[in-house]
Amino acid sequence: MDAAVESVRVERATKASRVFAVLAALALAALISLPWWGDAGDMRLIAEMAYYVALAQLWNLLAGYAGLVSVGQQAYVGLGGYMLFYLTGVWNMNVYAAALIAGPFAGLVAIPVSFAVFRLRGAYFAIGTWVVSEVFALLASLIAVLGAGSGLSLTVPILQEISTHRDTRDAILYLMTLGASLFVTGIVYLLLRSRHGLALTAIRDSEPASASLGVNTFGTKFIIYIATATCTGLIGALIFLQKLRISPEAGFSINDWTVVVIFMVVIGGIGTIEGPFIGMLIFIFLREWLADYGTYYLILLGLIAIVIMLKAPSGIWGWVIQRYDLQLFPVGRRLVLRPLEKAAKR
Amino acid sequence: MQWINILVQGSLLGGFYALFAIGLSMSFGIMRLVNIAHGDFIVLSAYVGMIAVDATGLNPFLSLIIVMPAMFLLGYALQRGLLNFTLSGGLLPPLLVTFGISVIIQNGLLQGFGAYDHRLKEGAIETASLHLPGGFDVGVFPLLVFAVAVASIGSLQVLFYWTRLGRAFRAVSDDADTAELMGIDNRKLYAVAFGIAMVFTAIAGILFGIRTIFDPAAGPIRLILAFEAVIIGGLGSLWGTLIGGMVLGIAQEIGAALNPNWQILAGHVAFLALLIMRPSGLFPRTRD
Repeated sequence: MDAAVESVRVERATKASRVFAVLAALALAALISLPWWGDAGDMRLIAEMAYYVALAQLWNLLAGYAGLVSVGQQAYVGLGGYMLFYLTGVWNMNVYAAALIAGPFAGLVAIPVSFAVFRLRGAYFAIGTWVVSEVFALLASLIAVLGAGSGLSLTVPILQEISTHRDTRDAILYLMTLGASLFVTGIVYLLLRSRHGLALTAIRDSEPASASLGVNTFGTKFIIYIATATCTGLIGALIFLQKLRISPEAGFSINDWTVVVIFMVVIGGIGTIEGPFIGMLIFIFLREWLADYGTYYLILLGLIAIVIMLKAPSGIWGWVIQRYDLQLFPVGRRLVLRPLEKAAKR
Repeated sequence: MQWINILVQGSLLGGFYALFAIGLSMSFGIMRLVNIAHGDFIVLSAYVGMIAVDATGLNPFLSLIIVMPAMFLLGYALQRGLLNFTLSGGLLPPLLVTFGISVIIQNGLLQGFGAYDHRLKEGAIETASLHLPGGFDVGVFPLLVFAVAVASIGSLQVLFYWTRLGRAFRAVSDDADTAELMGIDNRKLYAVAFGIAMVFTAIAGILFGIRTIFDPAAGPIRLILAFEAVIIGGLGSLWGTLIGGMVLGIAQEIGAALNPNWQILAGHVAFLALLIMRPSGLFPRTRD
């Protein structure tokens, strides 16, 4: 190693990430304009993809970065959904206001929950979060004002508050879900670029080492848990605003809101922002492709997840990074050394 | 009097949960395997029992002659071919792989048998009860389940403390690397352990299928109840698991006495409260 280095710089964006940013902006423009050229079925599918990406990003942030392997995130999906239905149906609150409150409410509930589950480690934490979600589901099935076991439906006046035209309403709901998903992905991206992100990446790579270097691991994890619950609650409200009705089984379903989400993250690549997108696309592709064959797509998804976990535990995007050193979302930092001769030539 | 009744019924229910939990406690205690598919293996055993009963006309209890070896082989093969490869890299690999198995079993049963309820019919024993002095009744079947749970734990205790195999189990549980240095083939041993765990899962599954209706989605809640019994009792202690199951059962009976809808909820709340007070359970034996 010679010392003939003229300049040293720390870069974040790469050529690939700049090209990707342009392409992503174009794709996003296409998605935003979808209501003007697509039909209701397209919008429903894209909205579903959007909320699954958001859920996958959030679980990835929790488990892939903060090391909090929760299997109880459905608690906050259901909580957000129920809060929307309760506030609009019982308190006659404006539907947009209710959707905005649902997220912070879930975050607020997550604070006492975190006091309990943060006492647990590893597998105990995972099971503990699941039991908490079961408690919420049972409570929802006991509370009469929440429709008890049969759940709640959104009434027509509430829907007409959004718009009296069905097409306009579909478009607004679609854009809201797309916006929320963008918001969540943006939060995750900005969080990972911030100093908390540096702490999180350190915790991801080695928790004891990061703690010994002065990272406040407990504080970081606490913030991530609460932030994740808040965003999950918001997404939950939007999911059930699309579905128009909620029940304890649908709202707090571990299979729908956590298991398939975990599969997406692991297949796509845990601990990366790109992974959840890839995993979601594979999930939706399998489901649409095998739509006529019942739930075989879930069996196939489970098999793929098992194979990836055992053969390529860093997932599809992890494999791409290893081979091509590609990063589409520039959350890392890279050191650029420019040698002297090269600089002299110019 | 009502309180004694609650204690008795709750304890008997606890025997049932302990029986659910034995297989889970074994794989958790010996290889630190968090088996999310455990509840689905219980349900799968009930389905295998149903197939055996339909094919041979055997009594459900006797179907165990077929179900126990079948589940042993499945467990042995799964551990050797799949689960052994998940044990070196933290919590996520076993969690994810067993989630995958869980989804595959649930949806496989759904595709194969539909979403209908099934039940293993045993006849008179399901409803028979003993009249005890003091005016309360104890079901014969819950009593039998409790006896089976105690006998199962007792036989495992003999296996663990009186046999070479059991000594090897304890050795790998305490320190897998050192055990390997002493000449134990951990991978093979884990496969035998999971096979044995599945034999007890088979017993739990058949008794479960006789006691209540089951469908492809019945697994996850059994898993949670089993986990609660294991964690309340303390990791690696089978008698602790029995006590854990009884604590859970009694908490549920108290809840049910207050309001029939509160049964499961009361169990979960008691579990969470105990976990917050004593995160390593009542009688922890294995270091996590």
